[in-house]
Amino acid sequence: MELIVSSAIGFMTAAAVYLILQKRTFPIVVGLTLLSYAVNIFLFSSGRLVVNQPPIITGAESYTDPLPQALVLTAIVISFGMTALIVVLAIRGFLETATDTADLPEDEWDDETETRS
Amino acid sequence: MLLAIATLTPFLGAVVPLLTGRLGRDICAIATGAVTLTALLLVISQAPAVYSGEVVTWGVPWVPAIGLSFSFFLDGLGLFFAGLILGIGLLIILYARYYLGSKDSLSVLYFYLMLFQGAMVGIVLSDNILMLIVFWELTSLTSFLLIGYWRHLPESRQGARMALVVTGSGGLALIAGMLILGHIAGSYEITEILQRGEQVRSSPLFLPALLLILLGAFTKSAQFPFHFWLPHAMAAPTPVSAYLHSATMVKAGLFLMARLWPVFSPADVWFLIVTPVGLITMLVAAWIALFRDDLKALLAFSTVSHLGLVTMLLGFATPMAAITAVFHILNHATFKAALFMSAGIVDHETGTRDIRRLGGLAAMMPITATLAMVAAASMAGLPFFNGFLSKEMMLEEASHTAILGHPWVIPVLVTLASLISAAYSYRFAISTFLGPVRDDYPKKPHDPPVGMWLPVAILAALVVVIGIFPAQTAGAIVERTARAVVGEPLPKYYLALWHGFTPALFMSITALLGGAFLFRSYDAANRLRLVFSSMDAKSIFDAAISGLIRGSRGFIDATHNGSFPRYAGTTLLTILAAGTVGFFSAPYTSGARPAIPGEFPAAAAWLVLAALCISLLFWHQNRLLSLIMTSGIGLIAALFFLQFSAPDLSLTQISVDIVTTILLLLALNLIPQTSPQETSTGGRFARGLVAAAVGIGVAALAYAIMTRDFQPISDYYLAEAKPGGGGTNVVNVILVDFRGFDTYGEIIVLGIAAITIFALLDNALRGAAARTLAGIRSDREQSVNAHPMMLVVATRVLFPLVLVVAVFIFLRGHNEPGGGFVSGLVVAIALIMQYIASGYSWAADRMRLGSHILIGAGVLIAGLTGVVSLIFGWPFLTSTYTYVELPLVGEFEVASAMSFDLGVFLAVVGVVMLSLAQISRVEARAEPEVIPEGPMDVPLIDGQVVSSKNNRS
Repeated sequence: MELIVSSAIGFMTAAAVYLILQKRTFPIVVGLTLLSYAVNIFLFSSGRLVVNQPPIITGAESYTDPLPQALVLTAIVISFGMTALIVVLAIRGFLETATDTADLPEDEWDDETETRS
Repeated sequence: MLLAIATLTPFLGAVVPLLTGRLGRDICAIATGAVTLTALLLVISQAPAVYSGEVVTWGVPWVPAIGLSFSFFLDGLGLFFAGLILGIGLLIILYARYYLGSKDSLSVLYFYLMLFQGAMVGIVLSDNILMLIVFWELTSLTSFLLIGYWRHLPESRQGARMALVVTGSGGLALIAGMLILGHIAGSYEITEILQRGEQVRSSPLFLPALLLILLGAFTKSAQFPFHFWLPHAMAAPTPVSAYLHSATMVKAGLFLMARLWPVFSPADVWFLIVTPVGLITMLVAAWIALFRDDLKALLAFSTVSHLGLVTMLLGFATPMAAITAVFHILNHATFKAALFMSAGIVDHETGTRDIRRLGGLAAMMPITATLAMVAAASMAGLPFFNGFLSKEMMLEEASHTAILGHPWVIPVLVTLASLISAAYSYRFAISTFLGPVRDDYPKKPHDPPVGMWLPVAILAALVVVIGIFPAQTAGAIVERTARAVVGEPLPKYYLALWHGFTPALFMSITALLGGAFLFRSYDAANRLRLVFSSMDAKSIFDAAISGLIRGSRGFIDATHNGSFPRYAGTTLLTILAAGTVGFFSAPYTSGARPAIPGEFPAAAAWLVLAALCISLLFWHQNRLLSLIMTSGIGLIAALFFLQFSAPDLSLTQISVDIVTTILLLLALNLIPQTSPQETSTGGRFARGLVAAAVGIGVAALAYAIMTRDFQPISDYYLAEAKPGGGGTNVVNVILVDFRGFDTYGEIIVLGIAAITIFALLDNALRGAAARTLAGIRSDREQSVNAHPMMLVVATRVLFPLVLVVAVFIFLRGHNEPGGGFVSGLVVAIALIMQYIASGYSWAADRMRLGSHILIGAGVLIAGLTGVVSLIFGWPFLTSTYTYVELPLVGEFEVASAMSFDLGVFLAVVGVVMLSLAQISRVEARAEPEVIPEGPMDVPLIDGQVVSSKNNRS
């Protein structure tokens, strides 16, 4: 099972990284969303995989580790906040410049280098 | 206590010149002088104690955890330097009053000078080496301000920058060296470190510490090969040059070497580094000084040469040499400050400092000429002046010091250096003041006002008095100071004019006569110099700096070229490289944790997930499709959480997955629906390679972690959840109770993100953005049935039901899976469905509570819950609970954590609503047609239902 989960994490990460390396904003946003899913599962599994042991006090023999669960729960919600912020940045960027590339246009960059030097 | 006050007095007093600046120059100078005098008197008041053999200490802890304390100590060495700094500082204040032209602001110069003075006094009185470093850096910064005082002059700015770069980088090395020193000595107090010399020298880290500290000292004291910055710093006003570059700052490096002398000097490596560096500096700088035509440049290189002399003496590592070093520091400070000020007077009165345009000034400015020639005689090492005494002692020491088995190398080279030194001193005095009177001075020279020559006269008097009666005047000071440097009783020695026919006497005579000969044959020597066309250190420095700038710019342009994929790729590859190095630098053993057997459903889910991930690579250009596939992966993640005993996470993941998908769908409406194929096959392949490498790395890491056992720290949470937190759902109790502070911070972060989104989109309907929106509007095809009746009816009917479910999830959250986060997301989804089904304007009209208010109320309620526990005297966010009996529902408990969870709930609803509603609002602007007002889009005309199709046609 560990092999299944870790390879699944690997697949998700690889797909996410491939999307993040694209030139347009939307694939990057989708890639980040996917990456946050992968990272959340990764963090969760650092508490080790446990089957059929509740995180709820019921008088059971043994329990799963609740701490990674609590941390990942907030991480899931926070990653939503991050995705929302980034996608809005992408929208605003597109509305302002009428292009959705994630690169600084060549000429603008040159201007900036000149003022820097 | 007095020591701390003495150190802080110049800092606090730095405002005095600024405050009195408007009252006229005299008052300003007197007030500033009074500050320095106060500090001087405070230090001198401790002199009797120090001279009776005490070491005065005072300190309070500052940051004990890192060994930093606010501690001072005063012994002979500290007193000597503090006296030098404050005493000469007083003379400089007087001199600057008359030197500075009416256009320059005296109060600003005084302000910088006082800050500098405070930093210098701090260096010499600090007991803690970390505090010493702070003051050390302060001198670099304040000297930058002082050198660049005439900021309109380019050479002034360049000189200041060069001094800052050289002494600043030396300061960085010094920080590292001092930290190592403190680490191996086990204390950061100098008084302690001095006791632990043996321990320090036996450490394997001794050599790096020594090298780094020497680097700091050599850069500060302009030792070869860092000597080049000092002459360029002469662009400063003369009072500054006289103060910083002869009397004080450049001596900070010497001070440091003298301070740590007992710790370092017994090591052989000390002699082998410090002595040659000092010797080479002494020789090279004297040779350069001889050929400078600018009086100040000549003096600057002469200073470097003399600093080299003292460095060499300290390098000899014998008590006698240390005594000589101290004596020479004193003598050099007197005659060199006098010479700088004389050069300033000449510059001030004749309008030039160029030796070739001067000469014969003795007739026109006799006072200045006399004083300057007295000081120059001391610099040359003529008898009856103090320079002679310490130079003789130096020659005596050098005459019996062998280096690497060669007994003659050092004596010959120091004699040669003294010879050149005598030659440039003659040149300074004779070519400036003697000879025929000229008629082409830029200004008509005459003696300056008393205030300007008085400081020179005081110093020149000292030069003569010490020169004739050394034991009576300087004996006690040298004795006590050298005693502090050496740290143990001194051998017998005499400060006297006549020591008999010693080797030193002959070396001295050779130097003086040879110097005269060299000066006579100056032109021949100058031709000789031109043969060896010397490298200009400044051009090397400039080339090095511009090379660094080019190099870093090239690196930045390659990695940071404005292209996001490039940034991300660089970052990822760096992480990958670090991980790979880490993996291969340690042995690998596989983990011992028993594996959970695989199951068919898991394998099926894995297949789906892998298929989705691979499809994403090929079809991501269809953005809608990529979104749906990502959403599918999110659902599998939810299943994963369910399988591995995390029901709370599963619930949250499903809700977040839905909300995220809706969010991205909304966004997709405003941006292009497809990504163009822009990358070449090679580019795609390279990206795939990086992605695969990262994926494999993460998978391997995850596998390595999961197959190893570990000791969880959660036993406490499991044991205390019910009795302490009053809930059986440990995850929820951790969120709202044990780690409630984290959660509180978390909802604040979410709130900030939402408000940022609001700010980003609120004004997106104007300017360029509005034009893009108009473009989208004209291009877009709209569904005839924008708001299908089925969806409208279903969402409205479901809405109250969903709310009830949310309340249920919320209430059970403390004991069963659920809680504020999940129920907040559920309510938000229900609300969003109304927006989707019935349109933005319809839904927005019916939102009575603004999302801002929800976020604010949520954070406020959560915070107040914490504050309430403060009121009861418990720590912030302590929770309590009680049992309540309700009819129908039965007995259930109410925990104060529930009100915290309510805050979380409200904040989450607010955040999701604000983000999505803002996007919808912008979207509503992009609609080609206004959606008719009315229930379910059915337009009403005069109260009659009209079909939308009819309406449109």
